[in-house]
This record gives sequence, structure tokens and C-alpha cells, in this order.
Amino acid sequence: MLCKRIIPCLDIRDGRTVKGINFEQIRDAGDPVELAVFYSSQGADELVFLDITATVEKRKALVELVKKIASAINIPFTVGGGISSVEDVQDLLRSGADKVSVNTAAFNNPSLIKELSDAFGSQCIVLAIDTKKEDDGGWYVYLNGGRVKTSTRAIDWAIRAAELGAGEILLTSMNNDGTKDGFALDITAELSERLSIPVIASGGAGTMKDFEQVFSKGKADAALAASVFHYKEIAIPELKKYLDIHHIPVRS
Amino acid sequence: MKIAVIDYDAGNVQSVMNALQRLGVESFLTDDTGLIREADKVIFPGVGHAAAAMQKLRNKSLDQVIVSLKQPVLGICLGLQLLCRHSEEGNTGCLGIFDTAVRRFELEGLKVPQVGWNNIFGYASPLFDTVKENGFVYCVHSYYAEVCSQTVATTEYGIPYSAALQKDNFYAVQFHPEKSGSIGEMILQNFLSLV
Repeated sequence: MLCKRIIPCLDIRDGRTVKGINFEQIRDAGDPVELAVFYSSQGADELVFLDITATVEKRKALVELVKKIASAINIPFTVGGGISSVEDVQDLLRSGADKVSVNTAAFNNPSLIKELSDAFGSQCIVLAIDTKKEDDGGWYVYLNGGRVKTSTRAIDWAIRAAELGAGEILLTSMNNDGTKDGFALDITAELSERLSIPVIASGGAGTMKDFEQVFSKGKADAALAASVFHYKEIAIPELKKYLDIHHIPVRS
Repeated sequence: MKIAVIDYDAGNVQSVMNALQRLGVESFLTDDTGLIREADKVIFPGVGHAAAAMQKLRNKSLDQVIVSLKQPVLGICLGLQLLCRHSEEGNTGCLGIFDTAVRRFELEGLKVPQVGWNNIFGYASPLFDTVKENGFVYCVHSYYAEVCSQTVATTEYGIPYSAALQKDNFYAVQFHPEKSGSIGEMILQNFLSLV
């Protein structure tokens, strides 16, 4: 049976992981390669690296980092942050990334999704959507790291992106992100039920139960989290045991 | 040991070469028919579109080379599908080593592509020596090879399909051993150990 995926997310700035992570098992918590190896050994199903520098000169550094990660780990990983062209994607995939995630550039130029999926296949194109629930009850797409509101609903953009060739949707709820009060179950379930491609839920993970809920009620195919893993509030082996007991299929 | 990885511009071959390197084996990427024939083992990877990939193989005359190889050959993902008789993806004839057809997943409520970790079972090949039954492997695909007499491992995604096929010196896996953690490494190591 196809398993639900647990995906730690690492923010990268200038080639280093950003959040203050402290594990006894690793020597240098700022080293993305060492952290990647650690999470992979803990049973993470995939990893996501989000480059928050994303300037032109730093992109070369990112490519070098991707090469190091690719040679060190034996699970799939996605790289995102500031990707806006076929050339960007080609560099990252050639360096060993399995998938790339695109966000603002794809919204501003939807044909980018088609270009990328035609060139590299849908399976490596993840469309990231940052979304926020407004007072009218609708979930709207936000751009530029959540700073710019649009009048497009997340569900409409997700359906269009899937038609254009996106292979997966990474859905981050800005209402839930950072709250540790659980994932946004309603919009996650709506997307997952309406789309024929997998949905990765992000934003709000605080407890193991939150993960169970996002899979059972939110119908997510994968769940992404950062701080609960980085700050050791939840360990992946225990999380997987918990999910297994609650009848969520996970890789053991 | 000379390990040739067939170069036909199909997808992320670097991951396969990295995985071999972690096992202490160097490989080389080539479309040179002579070098491929001389290699001790040949890996036929690939991610992409079946009809387009078949055209690339024909353009480089690699189609004829691959079917005539006598050393162990390992097809991975699209490589497995291209070793079958026919693929619905672009309605193309394939290399015909395995007597089975490649079809698209089309079942109500099933997400396509299948993305993630699924289990393999029913092993009947040295590729799976020491691999525990129901081991988890990483899959990314929209098309699958039907179960046939050459199926040597099975996975279920809505229906059972060929997770692995074997005929004589030809081995193939639908999943990505290079991305399947320690089980994937075991399967690659078993392939490298074949004589």
C-alpha cells in the first residue's frame, strides 16, 4: 500500500540551515548535508530544501550544495526558493535534486509549469501555494513569501496548475503556519479531493495527532513540517509508530 | 568492474551514479555502443516519456545494442517500461525483452502519478536476496507494466503490477532503488554481485 509521507523542511540561507537546530547526534547543526543525513537515517520519507537567499550569485552556491546533498543521501529531495526559469531547474536537477518547487514565478507566468513539465516531466515539478483564509471564508493565493495578496482562490490555481502539468501541490496555510495548532484540514481536504495529483500539507504541525488528522481528515498524501522536527518536539520514529497505531500507512 | 550507464538524455541519471558511488563502485555515462557492449554491467535508467525516449534510442542506434547485450542489464523506472513490448504512453512499440504491456493507471480515486513509498512482495529473483518481504521502495510513475510470467516482484496500487521483471540477463525495476534507502542499496548491491 502506498504510504503517507513525512517530510522535514530545511530553510537554507547562504548554504547553511537557518533555524537554531540542536541535535546531539550531529556535529554541525548548521550544515544542511549533515542534517539531511540525520533526517534520512531517522526515517524521513523525503526532504525539502527551501533556499531563502535566492539571489543570482547565491544560486551557484545552491547548486554546489545540491550536489553534496545528492551524493550523501539515498532518499528523494526537493529544492525550492526563487526558481523562475527552465535553466534554474535544469541546473538543480542535473546536480541531483529529484524535484523542484516553484511558487511566485509560476503564478505570474503559468506557462512556466507547462514548459517545465514538458522538459523534465510532471513528476519533478512541485507547485507551492501559500494560502490564507480571508474574512469571506475563501482561501486566497499569496505571493512573494506571503507578502502579496492575490484575488485568486487556491483551489482554482491548484486545478489550473495540475492541468498545466504540476506533479504535486505543496500547500502552506498562512493562517496555521507557526501556530502549532494543527494543519488547515478543510482546504487540504478540498484540494486533495478535487485534484488527481498528490497534495503535501504544510503549516501548523504541533503534535503527532496533528499529523494523524491531516492524513485522515485532511486527506493529505504527505505532511511537511520544520520546527517540530528541528526543535526535537517530535521525533520521526515515534511519529511513525503513532501513525501506524492509528491506521495511517507509513514506511517502517 | 566497468559499469556503463546508458545516456539517452532521459532524466536524472546522476542519482543512479551517486548511489553506485556510495556502494564504492564507479560508473560512466555513455551512448557509445562499443563501450556499452564492453561493460561488465549495464544500467538503463530513465525518467520521461516512453515514445520520445524510444525515438532517442533509435536515433542513437541504442535500441539494437540494448536487446543484443549478454551481460547483466538493469532497467530502472522508464528503463523497465522500455524493455517491455508496448507502452500506452505515446502508443509506442518498445524493446520487447519482457512480454508484457505498459498501461496508464486509470482507476477511480487513484492519484496519478503514484508518488511515494510502496511495498514490494513475491520475490523471484536474486535481485531481492536478503531483502525482507514487503520492503518499502520509492515510486514515481503514471504507467505500469502488467503482471506476467516474467514478473519477479509485485506492488499494488489499485491493482497489482510488475515492480520487477527478469528474463535471462535482463533485470528491471519500476521503483527507484537509488532513492529507496537501505533496501534500494541492497538491491543495487545484489545486481552488482551478479555474475
